[in-house]
Amino acid sequence: MSATAPPLLEVEDLTIEVRGADGTALPIVRGVSFTVADGEVLGIVGESGSGKTMTLLALLGLLPPRVRVRGAVRFRGRDLLTLSEPELRKLRGAEIAVVFQDPMSSLNPVQRVGDQVAEQLRAHRGLDRGAAATRAVELLERVGIPNAASRARSYPHELSGGMRQRVMIAAALSCEPALLLADEPTTALDVTIQAEILALLRELADQLGAAVVLISHDLGVISEMASQIAVMYAGDVVEQGASAAVFANPQHPYTWGLLGSIPLLEGWPPKPLHAIPGQPPTVAARPSGCPFRIRCAHAFEACTERPELLGRVAADHRDRCHLEPAAKAAARQAAPLDAGAAS
Amino acid sequence: MSAPVGEPLLALTDVVKEFRVGGGPFGGSSGQRLRAVDGVSLEVRAGETLGLVGESGCGKSTLGRCILRLLAPTSGTIRFDGDDISTLSGRRLRPLRGSLQMIFQNPYGSLNPRKPVEALIGAPLRYHGWPRADVEQRLLELLDDVGLARALRTSYPHELSGGQRQRVGIARALALRPKLVVLDEPVSALDVSIQAQIVNLLQEIQRAHGLTYVFISHDLGVVRQLSERVAVMCGGRIVETGPVREVFESPRDAYTRQLLDAIPRLRA
Repeated sequence: MSATAPPLLEVEDLTIEVRGADGTALPIVRGVSFTVADGEVLGIVGESGSGKTMTLLALLGLLPPRVRVRGAVRFRGRDLLTLSEPELRKLRGAEIAVVFQDPMSSLNPVQRVGDQVAEQLRAHRGLDRGAAATRAVELLERVGIPNAASRARSYPHELSGGMRQRVMIAAALSCEPALLLADEPTTALDVTIQAEILALLRELADQLGAAVVLISHDLGVISEMASQIAVMYAGDVVEQGASAAVFANPQHPYTWGLLGSIPLLEGWPPKPLHAIPGQPPTVAARPSGCPFRIRCAHAFEACTERPELLGRVAADHRDRCHLEPAAKAAARQAAPLDAGAAS
Repeated sequence: MSAPVGEPLLALTDVVKEFRVGGGPFGGSSGQRLRAVDGVSLEVRAGETLGLVGESGCGKSTLGRCILRLLAPTSGTIRFDGDDISTLSGRRLRPLRGSLQMIFQNPYGSLNPRKPVEALIGAPLRYHGWPRADVEQRLLELLDDVGLARALRTSYPHELSGGQRQRVGIARALALRPKLVVLDEPVSALDVSIQAQIVNLLQEIQRAHGLTYVFISHDLGVVRQLSERVAVMCGGRIVETGPVREVFESPRDAYTRQLLDAIPRLRA
């Protein structure tokens, strides 16, 4: 491989717009940029409506045609946004695979799970029915499904949630993709099953050398899995950088708020939670300037202008906030974002 | 009379709940029984929060519904405020309903979409025969208590955010001034930042009104935040129970340890 090989995935200034009721363009994702190198795990964290799933669907070219997508999504240097549907089909499932939150609604309910894993092998690898079926059983075994040969003949409803998610992962990894996209892959699962599925994802990604983009609302999951993280709020990436740096020294008041909202498992007595007052705005009601300013205890005049995404603490740790980095520690101390205000 | 703080308000002894399974609509009588709750004994003291944790299918919601007598236990006794309520039937349960309330996981699924907030919150009051003027006054109190703007009284559930809907669910449960509230995954469907608002609200309300909570959740972090004592359920049984700090810091049961180890931690 040459020294100048492009990164595996390079998203540049991705903007996704829908048309509002009155015909105006409403941006649901604004100017998102990130790169993911081979073998790296990027975690995207945010609440519902922050645009994280839209971003992921844009990477797959799966947004409906009336949604406008601008910017660039370069996979190994090729811009996916310019590819035709047949070209995208060749990539999807083969080089870029996806695991969704709810395997019950993303698996075909009337097809045996073994066939659903085999399907991709036949489509992308040209295996014949017998070879694909054999390989599917191997894959089901590899993701930890007991009695894989007989389980392959089950329908999705005959499996537990955790087993169904394993089937999804087996299907996603069947063609050894270079990039795995996972949208809340464990949110529907019990915590012990979640731990198993996360361990499995990590192990398989390591073995294949696959890069992962992991979407989750759960900062704990992101913290355990991701080396890079992007925090999204109302369509903006408000903070991004190396996971360790962001967790050790969070720069955006929204990130502080998220961290303060989570009950910790250490320390006694439990510290009171610092809830963020109010609720995330809808796209149509997003305030001008910084979208977080109406919930932010530190907002000042400048916040009516949308801040730039700047790396002021470190070049690779960027945030969209007008507060001076030097003033942040004191600000966070003074008002970690207080509770009380009702939604 | 209510039990004094610290005394058991609720006591379960060897509660069993079985469901008939299999069969089918046309009189299949395979006679198979599923034991969802398998001999649970528990005490909940007045004014405390008991966290009831476990994974899907462990029987925690079924137990919660038995406590409220939405389900009749197959055997065992449930004593509430000194009285045995395990075998009371429909009409004799009615006076108790005001004292025993429930808050559900999904407020969107548990609120009638065709009724405005004021009707939803006022419904239990009207049902229990409150005069109209008192209903109005209580409605305003409740809206204030749960932090809903009074102007929202005419809104319908679909016009509210998830957090606001859960506030309506809480107000409705509080309307009749219950003594015991069973909360079944009340914050699981909410976004992280809203979850913290509701957890704080539930704590404030408990302090203000001296409520007793049974808090059912799979989220151990939230349980630790809210509860004084915790009971861990697995396969219909309580495998471990104790003060929340003790159980979290030195779990005795292997399953409790497994649950605690499985939680993804923040590396701060």
